[in-house]
Amino acid sequence: MLEVNLARRTPAIRPAAVASAGPIRIAPETGEGRLSFRAKAKALGGREDVAGFAVDGAINSRKSDGDTASLRLGPDEWLFICPEGDIDDAMSAIERAMDGAAHSLVDVSHRDVTFTVSGQNADAVINAGCPLDLSLDRFPVGTASRTVFGKSDIVLARVGHHDFRVTTWRSFAPYVHGLLLDAAKDYAG
Amino acid sequence: MLLIRCPYCGERPEVEFHCGGEAHIARPDTPAEMTDADWASFLYYRTNPKGLHAERWVHNHGCGRWFNALRDTVTDAFVQTYEMGAPRPDAGNASSTATKAA
Amino acid sequence: MSQPFRLPGGGRIDRSKPLSVTFNGKRLEGYRGDTIASMLLASGSHLAGRSFKYHRPRGILTHGSDEPNALLSVDWRPEKGAGRRDPNNRASVVEARDGLSVSTQNHWPSLETDIGVVNDLLAPVFVAGFYYKTFMWPRSFWDKVYEPVIRRAAGLGEAPEVPDADRYANRHAHCDVLVVGAGPAGLSAALAASEDGSKRVMLADEGFALGGSLLQDVTSKIDGQSAAEWVEAAVAKLDARENVVILPRTTVFGYYNHNHVAMVERVSDHLDEARDGLARERLWQVRAGQVVLATGSHERPLVFENNDRPGIMLAESMRAFVNRYAVAPGRSLVVATSSASAYRAALDAKAAGIATRIVDIRLEQDCGPELAQARSAGIEVLTGHTVIKALGGKRVKGLVVAPLGNGGAIGTRRTLDCDCVGMSGGWTPSVHLFSQSRGKLAFDAELDAFLPGQSAQAEISAGACHGVYDLKAVIEDGAKAGGGNITVEATASFTGFQPVRVLPTDVDPGKVRAFIDFQNDVTAKDIKLAVREGFTSIEHVKRYTTTGMATDQGKTSNMNALGLVAGVLDRPLPSVGTTTFRPPYTPVSFGALVGPARDELFDPVRKTPIDAWAEANGAAFEPVSLWRRAWYFPKAGEDMHAAVQRECKAVRTSVGIFDASTLGKIEVVGPDAAEFMNRIYTNAWSKLKVGGCRYGLMLREDGFVYDDGVVARLAEDRFHVTTTTGGAPRVMAHMEDYLQTEWPDLDVFLTSITEQYAVIALQGPNARKVLEPFVTDIDLSEEAFPHMAVREGYICGVPTRLFRVSFTGEAGFEVNVPADYAESVWKALYEHGKQFGITPYGTETMHVLRCEMGFIIVGQETDGTATPDDLGLSGLVSKVKTDFVGKRSLTRPDITAEGRKQLVGLLTKNGQEVLDEGAQIVADPSAQVPMPMLGHVTSSYFSSNCGRSIAMAMVKNGRARMGETLWVTTPSGFTEAVVAPAVFHQVQGAKADA
Ligand SMILES: [Zn+2]
Repeated sequence: MLEVNLARRTPAIRPAAVASAGPIRIAPETGEGRLSFRAKAKALGGREDVAGFAVDGAINSRKSDGDTASLRLGPDEWLFICPEGDIDDAMSAIERAMDGAAHSLVDVSHRDVTFTVSGQNADAVINAGCPLDLSLDRFPVGTASRTVFGKSDIVLARVGHHDFRVTTWRSFAPYVHGLLLDAAKDYAG
Repeated sequence: MLLIRCPYCGERPEVEFHCGGEAHIARPDTPAEMTDADWASFLYYRTNPKGLHAERWVHNHGCGRWFNALRDTVTDAFVQTYEMGAPRPDAGNASSTATKAA
Repeated sequence: MSQPFRLPGGGRIDRSKPLSVTFNGKRLEGYRGDTIASMLLASGSHLAGRSFKYHRPRGILTHGSDEPNALLSVDWRPEKGAGRRDPNNRASVVEARDGLSVSTQNHWPSLETDIGVVNDLLAPVFVAGFYYKTFMWPRSFWDKVYEPVIRRAAGLGEAPEVPDADRYANRHAHCDVLVVGAGPAGLSAALAASEDGSKRVMLADEGFALGGSLLQDVTSKIDGQSAAEWVEAAVAKLDARENVVILPRTTVFGYYNHNHVAMVERVSDHLDEARDGLARERLWQVRAGQVVLATGSHERPLVFENNDRPGIMLAESMRAFVNRYAVAPGRSLVVATSSASAYRAALDAKAAGIATRIVDIRLEQDCGPELAQARSAGIEVLTGHTVIKALGGKRVKGLVVAPLGNGGAIGTRRTLDCDCVGMSGGWTPSVHLFSQSRGKLAFDAELDAFLPGQSAQAEISAGACHGVYDLKAVIEDGAKAGGGNITVEATASFTGFQPVRVLPTDVDPGKVRAFIDFQNDVTAKDIKLAVREGFTSIEHVKRYTTTGMATDQGKTSNMNALGLVAGVLDRPLPSVGTTTFRPPYTPVSFGALVGPARDELFDPVRKTPIDAWAEANGAAFEPVSLWRRAWYFPKAGEDMHAAVQRECKAVRTSVGIFDASTLGKIEVVGPDAAEFMNRIYTNAWSKLKVGGCRYGLMLREDGFVYDDGVVARLAEDRFHVTTTTGGAPRVMAHMEDYLQTEWPDLDVFLTSITEQYAVIALQGPNARKVLEPFVTDIDLSEEAFPHMAVREGYICGVPTRLFRVSFTGEAGFEVNVPADYAESVWKALYEHGKQFGITPYGTETMHVLRCEMGFIIVGQETDGTATPDDLGLSGLVSKVKTDFVGKRSLTRPDITAEGRKQLVGLLTKNGQEVLDEGAQIVADPSAQVPMPMLGHVTSSYFSSNCGRSIAMAMVKNGRARMGETLWVTTPSGFTEAVVAPAVFHQVQGAKADA
């Protein structure tokens, strides 16, 4: 019998690639677990959260609580975020909490890659490829939405005035990373 | 680039959307009972009006939801967008005879 | 060269910052604040290019972006090497910077001596429509004779010969008010709009200095301030407001739907030192709540013989060179005009100490107060005179003028010696952007101009582009457009002009070369000829003569052309219409449009988690949609054919390992999941047991095959659906569409898991042996885990969805593991598999192996018009289900008709011959052309397992033709092939479903 526990993670973007251009920090997040949660209003029955993940936020909002967060991306779609080590427990807890009510819970931790984009002009860097109005009153802290960045889909979340999270599918991550780094060159001086 | 009001997300640029053609053409409940001509009409025939047109759009690079929109095909002005299943807002003037909202 | 024509004082140049550029290899001197045009004039030269068609010497006509003549090739950073040169820059707007290297265009061997000038002598043959009339016959002449000659002789500038070395940036932005143009109207509008600090205001101007026409205004007073002081105060005020973004050097070139405005900012060409990484240009895509167009107006040239001689420029441009750039455009000036505004140029030139005379086409009594002012300043003014022609070749030497008598009589000629002429035929509001916004133009006879009429978008025009010319009115109009309401005191401007299309002359107009469109070399005569030949719509005249079709879009020429056509037809001008203005307003570099989307950022190149291993192990790759996939793994000395044959053998005799990660994967979850699957697929799903897999076929509503793939049932309410690689996004969209719009009552949710799981396929008789040691919690025995089953457990200690499936016909597994673990799982399997000779294979081998088994690939065997029956897949279509997407269409008459193309195998008579994919199939190669075609080859390979070539084809009534010999096209003719069943290989021993 061969050693069985030999699989190691090989992330799409190595954390060593924390290439930052000047005052803008662009770095892949590590250790994030992600769950795609879907449920219609009738199944949620007006509850505020499911196993600690908020489901009462407005469409296109992000609610966070400690090291978990809940991004509402559509009327019946959420992206739950928790530490990767907590994924199995979180999934069990969510299934228990839903108690047979119609829903979908899918682990997408490996599907997605998230980048932190922070610093003065982080909004301008994202606007190099994203057509949304990122002014503070139109895209306030706590906003999260699926949108586009260049030729890639992303989920964009604003966690601070100059602090964004850009999430994309794994195979698009090198492209998104490259485009972010390129855009940051405008603000390196 | 058009500016389109998603009923769920608000105004977003056209690049986040995809148009799905004429709205309010419901898939028949019992296709098997339809004549070939009626089925062909459902499949292929569209009104293509000059002026107000009810059409399907999906916010595929956003919330992912389908919705309907009244757009003026001459000016590209979006008169109104509304959720799937809601009746055409100007139904009184509409030429569409579809009864099932889709 | 020194600067003999630089005026001793004044101007908006910085005399403390001298600089030099290289102009056609010679040194040209100037100052910060100069353009190449003003530097050239300061050197005493006007010669700035050769014309497009006749190669006539041309000078600087304007001081702005409407310049038709002075086009330069500019190398922006010659010291940095190649790749920084671009053509067709207007000398009148290229901001001077130390070290620029510029050259004029469209001449050979030199600007001074251009052989192409013989075209000028041949002018009688180069008339309107010359190209259409001359180059029609014979056809073969076009490629070999006409085109190369014309290409060399014509063309504006040379295309760069190496890739652009600069970086270009892209930026989306939003604002409440976008003001286009920072002249008096634009500044005033921006001031008013930004008063409310909550409003985001953007102000863009194409120039490097803000102020527009006020930059050359040294006489006007605005509320007691000089024009320069007023501009400075306005800019300072705007600059201090946090809600204002000011963008100089930024051209708004496109006005699109819903106030989406495109502009290009020249970021670094003007900088002495541009740091590494700084973009050369930035494309802005702005969404504005309101757009204020304050784009000014264009002066019209006068049309008379030789009006294109160097030294003849627009009057307002003459004023700009004198006042703004402190350059004397000549020692002896004549201002020829039918417009009051030109008197200001004459007065300013005279005040700068330059000898100046005025020739006014207008009669004495039609002139305004400008006439008395000019005379009292000591300027000789000839009113009621026409200009017969200009004298001189490479530089104007004089102007022949004559008094206009009663009834069109022309009096005695007189020659005014001069070395520079400023001309003005009046003004044309710059309605280009308004027109682009789909606004409707309205003709104003009083102003002899098309003005903005009905707006189509949230837009308002102000100032000269709105037909408002008096300074006080311009500033007030601007404020109003910006949402304000102010009253200012300002010096009255000289306004008003008398439209003249072509100046009266005493010679045969048919022998006169009087230019309307300078850039495309279109004369008044050409336009008259076009009208005589029957072209009466301006859109047709434009295309026939090419007037207004050059890179300047006829900014200076359009109204003269329109007026001339209307005059010849004796119709009111608006009935002739006006041409449509399209983006871009001025030429935009490809670099700016492309932005960062080049090289590795051109498109996302999607790579699987195993891609790095494949690359390290010598894989050749092929693109499949946005993915790059391992194509084959050549060993040293192997070509593709050899590698693929080796890989194919290995899979059938031992075991191969294949990266199938790009397969689309969708998790379908919810209590109604099975019902949803029943409606979307042709097969029935209710009876599929948990742990079972099924090959699913999906149709569009029109009955044609849309996609296929293996579907696994993980739980009563959970399916793991796979799609083709290229079909993944559209299948997901197709499913979502039906779910949301037709069946919103179903409780089902779709989640893409394509990238959550990497897929490692192990195929071949030894697949199980390779897999066994690593798998826990799954019984791999044949009985417990049969073909077409799925199990969840662990591999190498990480979770897996293990599929027992085969796309090769051999026993096989597809190992789904979370993506980040895939590389190490792959490596573990590969290392362990070495004892069995495990062979990594790529997409080509996958294709051959499936073809040997007769398995189709959607998109290869199908083309969007194939039904399940056409493909021989009727067995997958449920007879029991009353409905599913596409079912009703399968009984439409055309779908059930005889003679449809059906999937068959084709075996060439010569087994070594491999057919071309896409080759046409006929029954009789000697039939008359066009011969009836029976179908085409869809897949074709050499199969070492079969020891011969194999092919699949869609052939009319194919299944009834088994054994029939048909003919297939080859590059050199036809070859024979026999119709056969589309299954070529019999799996030996442990088959997939053994
Ligand atoms: Zn939306």
